Amino acid sequence: MHIPDGYLGPTTCGFFYVVMVPIWALASKIVKKTLKAKQVPLLAIGAAFSFVIMMFNVPIPGGTTGHAVGGVLVAILLGPWAACIAITVALVIQALLFGDGGVTAIGANCFNMAFVLPFAGYYIYKVISHNSPVDSNRRVIAAGVAGYIALNIAAALTGFEFGIQSFLHKTAAGQALYCPYGLNVALPAMIGEHALVFGWVEAIVTALVIKYIQKQDPGLITEGRA
Amino acid sequence: MKVATKLWIGLTILIILSPLGLILPEHFKAGSAWGEWGAEEMQGLVGYIPQGLEKLAGLWNAPIPDYAFKGWEDKGLPRLSLAYIISAVAGVGITVIVVSLIGKMLAGKEDR
Repeated sequence: MHIPDGYLGPTTCGFFYVVMVPIWALASKIVKKTLKAKQVPLLAIGAAFSFVIMMFNVPIPGGTTGHAVGGVLVAILLGPWAACIAITVALVIQALLFGDGGVTAIGANCFNMAFVLPFAGYYIYKVISHNSPVDSNRRVIAAGVAGYIALNIAAALTGFEFGIQSFLHKTAAGQALYCPYGLNVALPAMIGEHALVFGWVEAIVTALVIKYIQKQDPGLITEGRA
Repeated sequence: MKVATKLWIGLTILIILSPLGLILPEHFKAGSAWGEWGAEEMQGLVGYIPQGLEKLAGLWNAPIPDYAFKGWEDKGLPRLSLAYIISAVAGVGITVIVVSLIGKMLAGKEDR
């Protein structure tokens, strides 16, 4: 889901940087008010977890690969704004140091994976878990469902961003300048593979860790706030 | 043992296992992620390299491209796995340092 350099045109790249700057500013402002000093190590672990879980490329035999993001888990434990900052740091380091995701696409990749994904996941989790007890299975299921749906929403957005490029930028001869596949290919490809395979990875990882935290330190589960 | 300690141990295990993210796709003959093809792959897929893509693709020279050391690309899975683990250690290390710094800047000293 890491859009490389050259797949999005300058308009899209610029647009998402412009959208993300106020989101990052707001995230800092809100996290400044809500984050406790004792939560900082957990935030660092969350960012590191997201970084490393994205390295676990899961294969579709004979096809493509994909991975979980771990962002819904961070959002449940620390709130979506803190998750936004944590995943942003992971994505920026992946782009700059490892060329995983383009430098021009940092705005778009952060919008998909560090903003929409944790927020969608957080609110889906909130709605499903509602006021259920901290140690309930309902919270484990809510975490899994939130992980699955949020990763798919992020994948659909990514597919949309890929898909509009051939419509936005063309040579006089009709060749695409950036991602050559239109919405009719990009959307079903991105949604299909995430709905079939990678979404389940996010679901299982999120649910398992929440289950583990319930046993180890249930207090953590109620501290994430929007 | 504190929960944080257990989570760090879990993270360490993930780092050690990370080469699975390299080995499994190789084993099951899975190609690149959708939309993350190199310029040559793109040529094979659609018959041409989009001009803008060709220009922008080489814009940034990452020091450890694709979690592999430059020149190690053809050295086989064991070496690539080692590079993958070292990349994971470096990436996780830098992520932890940066997030801790940002977190300390943002979080109040007193516990609220």
